[in-house]
Amino acid sequence: MGQFLQQLINGIQIGSIYALIALGYTMVYGIVRLINFAHADIFMVGAYMGFFLAPVMARVFGGAFIPTIIAAMLITGLLGFIMEKLAYRPLRYKSRLSALITALGVSLFLENFCALPFVFTPAFRKFPDLIVARNIPIPGNLGLNISNVLLLDVGVSVILMVLLFWFVNKTLIGKQMRAVAFDKPTASLMGINIDVVISTAFIVGPALAGAGGILYGTTYGMLASPFLGIWPGLKAFIAAVLGGIGNIPGAVLGAYIMGISEAFATSVNSNLGYGIAFAILIGILLVRPSGLLGKFMPEKV
Amino acid sequence: MRRLFAIILVCALVASVGVGCKKAEVLPTEQVVNMGGIFPMTGGSATFGTSSKQGVAMAVEEFNTAGGAMVGGVKTTINYVNEDDTGAPEVGASAAQKLINQDKVIGIVGAVMSKVSLAVAPICQAAGVPEISPTSTNATVTLVGDYIFRACFIDPFQGTVMANYAYNILKVKTAAVLYDNGNDYNKGLAEFFKAGFEKNGGKVVAFEAFTDEDKTVDYKAQLTKIKATNPEFLYLPNYYASAATILKQARAMGLNVPAGGGDGWDSPDLVKIGGAAVEGGVFSNHFSKDDKSPKVQDFVTKYTTKYGEAPDALAALAYDAAGLLLDAFKTAGSIKGSDIRDAMKNTTFSGIAGAYKFDANRNPIKAAVIIKIVNGEQTYLTTVNP
Amino acid sequence: MTFFRTHRTAVTVIAFVLTYVVVKLLSVLPLVNGGPLLNGYYIQLIALAGINIVMTVSLGMVNGFTGQFSIGHAGFMAVGAYTSAMITTVWLHTSVTNPWVGYPVFILAILAGGLLAAAAGYLVGTPSLRLKGDYLAIVTLSANELIRTVIRVTNALGGPRGLGGIPKFTNLEVVFVFTIVSVVLMRNYLFSSHGRSMKAVRDSEIAAEATGINTTKQKVFVFVFSAFFAGVSGGVFAHLLQFIHPDNFSFVKSLEYLIYLYVGGSTSISGAIVGPAVFTVLPELMRALQQWRMVIYPLILVLTMIFRTEGIMGAREFRFILIPQRQRKEVSA
Repeated sequence: MGQFLQQLINGIQIGSIYALIALGYTMVYGIVRLINFAHADIFMVGAYMGFFLAPVMARVFGGAFIPTIIAAMLITGLLGFIMEKLAYRPLRYKSRLSALITALGVSLFLENFCALPFVFTPAFRKFPDLIVARNIPIPGNLGLNISNVLLLDVGVSVILMVLLFWFVNKTLIGKQMRAVAFDKPTASLMGINIDVVISTAFIVGPALAGAGGILYGTTYGMLASPFLGIWPGLKAFIAAVLGGIGNIPGAVLGAYIMGISEAFATSVNSNLGYGIAFAILIGILLVRPSGLLGKFMPEKV
Repeated sequence: MRRLFAIILVCALVASVGVGCKKAEVLPTEQVVNMGGIFPMTGGSATFGTSSKQGVAMAVEEFNTAGGAMVGGVKTTINYVNEDDTGAPEVGASAAQKLINQDKVIGIVGAVMSKVSLAVAPICQAAGVPEISPTSTNATVTLVGDYIFRACFIDPFQGTVMANYAYNILKVKTAAVLYDNGNDYNKGLAEFFKAGFEKNGGKVVAFEAFTDEDKTVDYKAQLTKIKATNPEFLYLPNYYASAATILKQARAMGLNVPAGGGDGWDSPDLVKIGGAAVEGGVFSNHFSKDDKSPKVQDFVTKYTTKYGEAPDALAALAYDAAGLLLDAFKTAGSIKGSDIRDAMKNTTFSGIAGAYKFDANRNPIKAAVIIKIVNGEQTYLTTVNP
Repeated sequence: MTFFRTHRTAVTVIAFVLTYVVVKLLSVLPLVNGGPLLNGYYIQLIALAGINIVMTVSLGMVNGFTGQFSIGHAGFMAVGAYTSAMITTVWLHTSVTNPWVGYPVFILAILAGGLLAAAAGYLVGTPSLRLKGDYLAIVTLSANELIRTVIRVTNALGGPRGLGGIPKFTNLEVVFVFTIVSVVLMRNYLFSSHGRSMKAVRDSEIAAEATGINTTKQKVFVFVFSAFFAGVSGGVFAHLLQFIHPDNFSFVKSLEYLIYLYVGGSTSISGAIVGPAVFTVLPELMRALQQWRMVIYPLILVLTMIFRTEGIMGAREFRFILIPQRQRKEVSA
């Protein structure tokens, strides 16, 4: 029982980080129908920003965590904005798949550029201890381990998700985003500035990934190389598809399912854990072809 | 705009071809020959490639400063050509073809990963160019042919050394293993540790895996399972970053048993990343940095001044591998692959990581040292002979 | 010239054979410093390019011509590579020293690899091809990684140690024959009535259904056909490199083929030949740029996509692949 609960907690912790990345994938996809492969690398840049900025922030503000996460979000948001302007905008009204290959190119570029000796270098980095890890005593004798880092991960992601739901549902630009996602031509006829909406999606999504990068660094304490985004990014992307790509609550649900199923699959057989998670995903998609919360839209003639 | 783009593209291509065709200068009384290196310079393993390349470059520099070799009465120095394998076998194969056919190298040092060495080896064997891998531990690498050598131990030796140490010296009766099943190095060490430990009479209570250490950061699911089996010892035959991360997560969940690993632990980053969590850890290695022998101290000082960082096991082994090849070249006094190979087979070379002598399968016969992390410093414990 | 206009297959074969003759001559004649212009390095690159061409053309059948979105092609390549390597190396211990026994076994082995890959394609395709767009992409990607996981944990296949000691059956001639046969077979299929129904499925699935095309059957068939060629490519690849490893066939490899296809032009066979040919050789030409190589390569990729959105060839074809429609009409008239 103790082990079961512990694995559930492990899954929720990693699911929270997946969720922050998955939200960016799903927002961008919902609006421009593009799988932004470079999103994983924005997550990486966010994590590295934490590495570089935390000492500065600690000196300037005293505390490091909150200023660092905000600064990282601003920088990754800006990076997302520039990326869209330079690489994706020229292709906006052209083939969707050319944009996809461009996204792959941008992703390769970011990884290899950041690995250059005078940028981030390919070396391992110890992530600064933004908060001191401590275990929180749990009553009962289940032997559960809950650390303050775990609470921080879950707390920050929940706060950001709530903010995002408020942004998308209550603000004007959020409502415009939903309108554009639903029907782009009609939305533009209603006087919505598509450019602004798309730019906003490319700022908000990457900013969330930047926050995810900081949480990743704080949780695992090290940055392996500028290629570290690939696998969390892939898992988060799969989570977004699983939940129904383009659907914001779906991305969150998919991310937690991904994290939890990974933890349980690993505890059943660690040799196959990685593969089992993929098998579960195939299974779910075959039963619900548009993802868990995605709406099935029959094609009209 | 389109024309401009086409022009840029063509210029880039021409420029790159032009640079690539630059030939080593040939002086009348002396000559320069090429020696190749194949390491991952880009991609997720680039940091291993950088260390290895620096080790080789230093060995070549020293060789040239010492006067090079005499080939048929002509003083011959070495030009080091380093190629990138990106960590992918087929790119390594292309690099080997390039070094052999374009640069006419006398020998190749590389690659880091066994999977790349295994793709490079058949090409070197067919062309009759000696290859020496600094760090590919997979036993099958040198079995490809008699031109293929290595400078490191093979998996069985290190796994067994640590199994004996844990059972006989640390007196632990149960152990848990957590290893990367996507990598032959980790899997090899894990399996031979298990076999050795159980042969001694110990019990491996958990034998858990994860997939690809450069892609995994969360080991809590496996550690939760391991903790439930109450092991007395934790064997983590993984590279330093992963080993340090695992130990941090293990300590955080209250798994406070002694831990051990292999030569993959040897890096200043182990302590930097792991901090207090790696304290007391023991691992097998090729050499110890606080070995008082002048040779080792000299190497550590020179490397540190040159590159501004302490050498890790990869740099030391690459330095030795290049040294072995260059020494054989000097002894042979010939640029023919078969002569260099024959010289290498009979070599007795004293390197940083011990005295080298090759067995029938061109694996080095040399001792291992055991190192313990004490107060964040690597401390020499003992030497184990094969 | 009527012959060339009516016999498209002959034209394509002749074009490839001419290329072969030129390459072979350049690799034999002592042109540069007493050595051939194309040394072993270039020959290996050309061989890799040939394999990549077949992989890309076969991916193009699914992604470009049928309008599906598969990103797990390397998984089928893995099935073919491991099957054929197991047959030649582990079970039958063939070697190149006895070509009269070796080559028939090799050919049967790569065909067996292709068939098993086709079977894997059937298993993956049947349930998943009713999914659309990106959902299909995820399932194919997951299937790719599942195949890789299975290989990695199966010690009989070498597991993470890989499978080595494979005899080097693949040489320039094998690659050319294999490329010609595969490209011509796929080309002829695409321009048959089946091929036209594929394009109908791509352009409008509902309309295709209405005209009596069994769209599901068509999609599954193309997927299986394409997986077969991926499997055969895997076999040829294994016997070129002489060593295979599960990491050779990860989803990153699949993405490479996706890049080759869309850079070349996804709805053109010529594009699926040009894309991999250029982008296999390009990173090798840029070796002198050291670490900058992998920074400039994606930049070239992005610029190509921005300035030639439909790929290098767009939807156009070389004349040796397809004689323009107008000229064929003249012939029949």
